[in-house]
Amino acid sequence: MVRPQENAAGADRLESLRLPEGGGEWIGAARRTALARLQAQGLPGRRDEYWRFTDPASLTAAEAPPAAVFVDPDDTRPFDSIERLRIVFRDGVFDPAASDDLAGDGIEISLLSDAAAADIHWAKDLYGVLEGRGQSPVPRPLAALNTALAREGVLIRVSGRVGRPVSLIYLHERETSDALLHHVIRLEPGAELTLLENGPAAARLNKVMEVEVADGARFHHVRTQGRDHERRAHTHIFARLGTESRFKSFTLTVNGVLTRNEAVIELAGEGASAHVAGAAVGDGRFHQDDTVFVTHAAPNCESRQVFKKVLRNGAVGVFQGKILVKEGAQKTDGYQISQSLMLDDDSQFFAKPELEIYADDVACSHGSTTGAIDPEALFYLRARGIARADAEDLLVLAFLSEAIEEIEAEEIAAELLSRLEAWLRRHRR
Amino acid sequence: MLEIRNLNVKLEEEDKVILRGVDLTVGAGEVHAIMGPNGSGKSTLSHVLAGKEGYEVTEGSATLDGADLLEMEPEERAAAGLFLAFQYPVEIPGVGNMTFLRTAVNAQRKARGQEELSAGDFLKEIRARAKQLKIDAEMLKRPVNVGFSGGEKKRNEILQMAMLEPKMCILDETDSGLDVDAMKLVAEGVNALRSPGRAFLVITHYQRLLNHIRPDVVHIMADGRIIKSGGAELALEVENNGYGSLLGEVA
Ligand SMILES: Nc1ncnc2c1ncn2[C@@H]1O[C@H](COP(=O)(O)OP(=O)(O)O)[C@@H](O)[C@H]1O
Ligand SMILES: [Mg+2]
Repeated sequence: MVRPQENAAGADRLESLRLPEGGGEWIGAARRTALARLQAQGLPGRRDEYWRFTDPASLTAAEAPPAAVFVDPDDTRPFDSIERLRIVFRDGVFDPAASDDLAGDGIEISLLSDAAAADIHWAKDLYGVLEGRGQSPVPRPLAALNTALAREGVLIRVSGRVGRPVSLIYLHERETSDALLHHVIRLEPGAELTLLENGPAAARLNKVMEVEVADGARFHHVRTQGRDHERRAHTHIFARLGTESRFKSFTLTVNGVLTRNEAVIELAGEGASAHVAGAAVGDGRFHQDDTVFVTHAAPNCESRQVFKKVLRNGAVGVFQGKILVKEGAQKTDGYQISQSLMLDDDSQFFAKPELEIYADDVACSHGSTTGAIDPEALFYLRARGIARADAEDLLVLAFLSEAIEEIEAEEIAAELLSRLEAWLRRHRR
Repeated sequence: MLEIRNLNVKLEEEDKVILRGVDLTVGAGEVHAIMGPNGSGKSTLSHVLAGKEGYEVTEGSATLDGADLLEMEPEERAAAGLFLAFQYPVEIPGVGNMTFLRTAVNAQRKARGQEELSAGDFLKEIRARAKQLKIDAEMLKRPVNVGFSGGEKKRNEILQMAMLEPKMCILDETDSGLDVDAMKLVAEGVNALRSPGRAFLVITHYQRLLNHIRPDVVHIMADGRIIKSGGAELALEVENNGYGSLLGEVA
């Protein structure tokens, strides 16, 4: 990390941070601990091992760089066709009028702002706790900053099978908005939840989501990040998985000058499974970074990381992915693939795949490739009468398909696919 | 239907000449065969006709019903009715065979100003055609040619031909690597498509396919030229004596 003496601006920023006032003792303690973590770490800088390919300056700056609000001519939003419970945030502020009633069977939803005022809340065992566990061996200072300063977010506890997905909708309306959101999700044993997220959120978004998936529970997460070209986002998911639990997270990123998505997943119970996937398509000023850390801490667990990026016109893609297999985590099945498809010679892809294994009976594989559209395949499609541009789009979608297949619900996958198709059509040469 | 005049072709990237003045006329309803040793330029001819990149036509012309093929994009040639069954069908992971075929059929219909085929009509037609070629439903769902055996790939080419209903069909060694049963299936598929308005150019290394698909004319190609043309009996001559004597005759 950049020590205060190396980075005067960073030091000033850290000095100037003020914790939110008031609130229950539980949240105050969590915030103070997180602030201490952050002060010990310092803000990230280019010289840090996991920030070599992504410049954190605009994420750590005191003020968010402005981002124009993009108005979509056809104004459809992702997941519009999906029946869901909608929770709307405007520039990081909860909008009760635009949101659905938060009460539901088998699910308990509260706002962080309400829960923080209470003396005690179930989320106290998780808020800042999973984030704190995820700080080693790799420090994630902007997540600590989030835990210390966030005033809003949702706390969701699920005890049954929730019929309709919970959908977090992040609207961006002010050019200089700077949003901090912190969500905590707990799936009780055997519970099941699909969580959807979409929208640009703010000019700059710092979001942390802590997810506890208890024994036998299933968590599905699908999010899209897009729309506003100039927006910036740094998100973290910290997840802990119990015995025989399932975790699936898929992210589609289109547009955005800077997006960094970190996922820190601990397979803590035997037989757990974690799939993290991402599809990114960038044209022009686009920098998209997936930084993933999967820890196998129990035997017989399975993990998959599938990340695909389509880049053109100077777009930059980054993938840093690690599988750590701890001692005793025998029969681990770990898979990781990161691939980029370059549509021209101007774009860049940086990959840092890592395996670290301390058990002897494991099967782990990882691979990373960079390539262009296969001219033989393109000719084959064209020779069957498919016009060049359509054939190229078909091959781009084919490239992304391994990631998109990680979406469990077919209607959600189909919706995202049609949005991707439309995006590709708009961005033809 | 297909008129090739003095076609001269070299590689774009190198000074390598491959076709040296090919002349060929295929009339509607006819079946022509091209035979010739490996490396004589048969696949190059089929690629140039279909519009593959990497070749430069230095002289000559190729027309389909009077339209200049060499000026068209590959997809325009397909829409004009030209079809090439590839010697080496390409595997395309991530694109379902069915999606691919439907996209292709509808792209061609659109280019010709016809209405797109409804999902139901398309399904009905492809099921019937696939059945004739002993292609099961599972193969239709898989990604294009991925994990297909050699024979499955070739049958898949014929299925595409049947669905696209082209008027000029070029088959590049569709028989190579097939066992007798698979070859019969392919030949039946081709024969079922024979019609007065449709022509075939069957490129093959062996005579045996021509026992099942009777050609009207057989051409022998060597070193980038057609050195001899004749009736079906010419294929038998090759079968019995090899290319050696024919090549000798010319030299
Ligand atoms: N793309 C290419 N690059 C290099 N050589 C080629 C290429 N295409 C064809 N050739 C050469 O041209 C000649 C004819 O090849 P081809 O048309 O495949 O013959 P055939 O199909 O009759 O076996 C061969 O010598 C082959 O090596
Ligand atoms: Mg050949």
